Amino acid sequence: MAALLSKERTIAKPGFNRWLIPPCALATHLCIGQAYALSVFNLPLTKQLGISHSIAGDWKLTELGWIFTIAIFVLGTSAALFGKWVQAVGPRKSGFVAALCWGIGFLVGALGIKTHQLWLVYLGYGVIGGCGLGIGYITPVSTLISWFPDRRGMSTGMAIMGFGGGALIASPLSDFLMKHFASATSTGVVATWVVLGLVYLVFMMGGAFGYRVPAEGWKPAGWVPPPEKAKTLITQHNVTPGEAIKTPQFWLLWVVLCFNVTAGIGVLGQASAMIQEMFKDRITPSAAAGFVGLLSIFNMAGRFSWASLSDKIGRKATYMCFFAIGTAMYALVPLTGKVGSVALFVACFCVIISMYGGGFATVPAYLADVFGTKYVSAVHGRLLTAWSAAGVLGPVLVNYIRQFQIDHGIPKNQAYNITMYIMAVLLVVGFFANLAVKPVKERYYERTAGIGGRAEHRVPA
Amino acid sequence: MTTANTESGSHATGGVTLFFAWVAVGVPLLWGVVETLRKAMALFH
Repeated sequence: MAALLSKERTIAKPGFNRWLIPPCALATHLCIGQAYALSVFNLPLTKQLGISHSIAGDWKLTELGWIFTIAIFVLGTSAALFGKWVQAVGPRKSGFVAALCWGIGFLVGALGIKTHQLWLVYLGYGVIGGCGLGIGYITPVSTLISWFPDRRGMSTGMAIMGFGGGALIASPLSDFLMKHFASATSTGVVATWVVLGLVYLVFMMGGAFGYRVPAEGWKPAGWVPPPEKAKTLITQHNVTPGEAIKTPQFWLLWVVLCFNVTAGIGVLGQASAMIQEMFKDRITPSAAAGFVGLLSIFNMAGRFSWASLSDKIGRKATYMCFFAIGTAMYALVPLTGKVGSVALFVACFCVIISMYGGGFATVPAYLADVFGTKYVSAVHGRLLTAWSAAGVLGPVLVNYIRQFQIDHGIPKNQAYNITMYIMAVLLVVGFFANLAVKPVKERYYERTAGIGGRAEHRVPA
Repeated sequence: MTTANTESGSHATGGVTLFFAWVAVGVPLLWGVVETLRKAMALFH
């Protein structure tokens, strides 16, 4: 088994079609993207004992919220901790481990629901599943960049689009399964988690065994690496993960990702309530659910389209667009409430969320440009701690400031205005952080006999 | 690393494999998008 999973066994033969790699990456990301649809289980999980309604002893929403929080926190930390290992062992072994963690996480979680032990759900979905999330998220990044050096943004954007798309599949699928398994004595959640765990295990295994890495020195036919110019961000050198975190560029990009994600993540979690409160009596709960669905589609589409655009205009310019357009959109949102334009409100948030997704999808290619392709998964893993931080910062900003405003007598339809302006300010800070990103100084480069990624050999320092 | 170390299955990368690989991920994704769009229509009613 160990030999079957080894990196050496995954080296592609001449003639291998590189377009087989994106479906493998999508197989991984479409499964782990289920995390965004976890809220579909919230209500049924509060009725595990009472079945038709909550009774004493049933779990509360506040307790259930921790499942997602733990999973996202473990995603960031496991990506940071295991990034170097993922890079070293290759995509098949790491994809295999991610599939096991994600599948087993569901099964352990199902056992926790069945026996009504919440700690077991935290352990299963949150910790074990969270490791599957983190390892699975970074698994295809380096492989895709190796296969598509000419389209780094598009290729990683395609995979990370799957993470956004995973919720679009998981949400209706979970609804269908819960209805199918529900009975007078069960909400159907346990059986749904078992089925999802097994389906995801099989699907992710398929992706893991489909991965191939290019042979040493492989290049797309007719593609010549662009010559390295002074002042350009795209380097042919490599920076090790240990050195990367010592550079100002890493921390500037950390701020860039953190603030871009903060601006989007708070809105995503509060979108349904926000549109109903800002346009009271005009937006029904089902219309608000439709709004959330629309945002999910823009989140997914933005990942592919913005990352692909970054191949044409450059990563730095793409993030400049995110921050400049995002600032304008957030500043505009209070006005949409004032003039009562639902269409303008929806349009603003669709653009904002497309850039939230675009930020996630463009950052691996940005890292490959700045730190080289050799250790991109490991560096990416460390940068994802920015996501963990944003996962706390975003909802706190939106929820607590809204509550503070309401407590001080501000009408509910205006309670988000200050938050929107704060988000705009965060994006201005992100704009300047991105502006400050310059090429990495030579002293941080890995000491090599030559340049150009895989062909390098370490020489004694 | 030589090509002798690679596994033989990796060469079977014809159009059929490519087609089925994309169908395997494309069909569920398309289904998810259609279902979500169907729900999103409520926003415009």
